[in-house]
Amino acid sequence: MSITLLEAQNIGKRFGGLTALSDVSLTIRKGEVYGLIGPNGAGKTTFFNVLTGAYTPNGGEFIFAGSELPTGKPHEVVARGIARTFQNIRLFREMTALENVMAGHHLRSDSSLWGILTQNRHMREEERLITERAFEMLRYVGIERHATTLSRNLSYGDQRRLEIARALATEPQLLALDEPAAGMNATETSQLRDLISTIRQDGVTVLLIEHDVKLVMGLCDRVAVLNFGKKIAEDVPAEVQKNPEVIEAYLGSSHAH
Amino acid sequence: MYELAEAVPWLGSRNPRAARGVVLALMLIAPMIALSAGNTWVRILDFALLYVMLALGLNLVVGFAGLLDLGYIAFYAVGAYTWAFLASPHFGLHLPFWIVLPAGAGFAALAGLILGAPVLRLRGDYLAIVTLGFGEIVRIFMNNLNHPINITNGPQGVNMLDSLSLFGWDISRHIQITDDFKINSLVLFYYVFLLCVVGSVIVIRRLQLSRVGRAWAAIRDDELAAKAIGINVRNMKLLAFSMGATFGGVAGGLFGSFQGFVSPESFSLMESIAILTMVVFGGMGNLGGVILGAIALSLLPELLRSVALPVQQALFGHVILDPEVLRMLLLSLAMIFMMLLRPAGLLPAHARYSRPELAGAGRITE
Ligand SMILES: Nc1ncnc2c1ncn2[C@@H]1O[C@H](COP(=O)(O)OP(=O)(O)OP(=O)(O)O)[C@@H](O)[C@H]1O
Ligand SMILES: [Mg+2]
Repeated sequence: MSITLLEAQNIGKRFGGLTALSDVSLTIRKGEVYGLIGPNGAGKTTFFNVLTGAYTPNGGEFIFAGSELPTGKPHEVVARGIARTFQNIRLFREMTALENVMAGHHLRSDSSLWGILTQNRHMREEERLITERAFEMLRYVGIERHATTLSRNLSYGDQRRLEIARALATEPQLLALDEPAAGMNATETSQLRDLISTIRQDGVTVLLIEHDVKLVMGLCDRVAVLNFGKKIAEDVPAEVQKNPEVIEAYLGSSHAH
Repeated sequence: MYELAEAVPWLGSRNPRAARGVVLALMLIAPMIALSAGNTWVRILDFALLYVMLALGLNLVVGFAGLLDLGYIAFYAVGAYTWAFLASPHFGLHLPFWIVLPAGAGFAALAGLILGAPVLRLRGDYLAIVTLGFGEIVRIFMNNLNHPINITNGPQGVNMLDSLSLFGWDISRHIQITDDFKINSLVLFYYVFLLCVVGSVIVIRRLQLSRVGRAWAAIRDDELAAKAIGINVRNMKLLAFSMGATFGGVAGGLFGSFQGFVSPESFSLMESIAILTMVVFGGMGNLGGVILGAIALSLLPELLRSVALPVQQALFGHVILDPEVLRMLLLSLAMIFMMLLRPAGLLPAHARYSRPELAGAGRITE
């Protein structure tokens, strides 16, 4: 009854002598929140980078919505419907919050150079629509009152939310979030949890990297655990928590959570 | 007009309409004021407007897209030489301006693509060095392509370029209105250049407030994030290089027609640096700032020259510091003072890439 949205098949990634990912296979179903956890340096961010085309994998492939994803071509991956955020926030710092989200609409707008230079009807209409939608999106993530603030002047939590808004502006089917709760306080984290639930309800599948165990266990339908580049478990949260190999991986590493 | 008015200090923000009026009036009467000080000053104003166009074009590449280009003068050269080839006795061609000017712009845009393609992956210092090399290569070509076949006429350059003739009306001739009142051709050139500058500002402003302008700004701020939201970084950079070059090409063509003569020495590295200085000094990314920077840094050296030469003559009996040296000295001083006092330029960029009011102003402020 559940449809597969993304299938990773035997993904491998090496950096010189270091194997950051080896033979990672996983399946994400349409409409779920899928958690990707693991100790520091396990390869979670690397998995995102390979998935979204920032890096080319050394082996394996991704099947997304029924066909293979291009590798090493980020803008084509986004066009196929996968958007991401970054572990260390990457906003357009000299642009306002609104403009950041408007930039996110680039992909789904098509005014030509000619249209822009002549300011034709299509262009003006599209520009108005982008502005309106971007504003709606800011409202959706709850930072519309900062629309005209430069993104670098936003608080940390608001920057994280702005990054999610910008990613959503590309109209993704799959939203990949890299530690969105990092550095957030308890209130902000609980608002984030609500936001992710809403996003899921609105039909976007979520792939979530997160260290906050409570958040992961509360939100995710299924969780995969990476350790030293290998997938050591994949199950519903309650089962993963009991898995001896997972407990070993976390307690064995210096960063127990 | 509105865009230029932003350059007026404080009046610009307090009373934009008055500021617009002031700018408009200043622009229109400037040549008359200059004329009272002599023809030289009108000429200087004309050149200042050419520099404004160049600075606006370079700002598009450096200020908007964040691509440091130290060879920008090459596009000016392409535009000027296009005029020289298509409208002078050199090849015996005398095509009208509405062919030659677009051709110059087109060739410059093409040169922009040729420069852009190999440097797509370079950033910062590396990009600066390669573009610098590109500028020099173009100049060296102009210098040496007189042999074995004479194309550019080498270091002597090309003479007797056709002037700008607008549908049969040659603006290099004075217009005699009454017996003792005539409109100087330098003044006519001024108004033609002014028209071109206003046109450039409108075009650039439209680009800035569009998906293209936002894509450029995104690439400038964070290339990786720009890719991650689906911007085709390669195409957008190429577009920036070629659009920026287009303005250089148009300015180059106008320069050729105005000067009536082109030679490689007008397109030295120092000119590229001077234009970059104008952009940075005025306020990278801010159109008003860039215009102000270009005007200030093309007029100040001339003022200095007109003062320094007689002073040196009087003091030492001969000229010790060459005007060109003085100009470079002034540009360097301008940069140093800017770094110390106004690191973001005369008018810091409060660059906008959107018109939030389109979403309904009421909702923005609620
Ligand atoms: N570009 C790179 N070049 C070389 N090594 C890299 C690169 N990116 C990641 N690595 C290495 O790959 C391994 C996995 O890193 P990754 O960032 O994917 O871990 P992570 O699971 O996201 O960790 P964290 O929880 O700390 O974010 C680490 O050992 C890291 O040092
Ligand atoms: Mg990580």
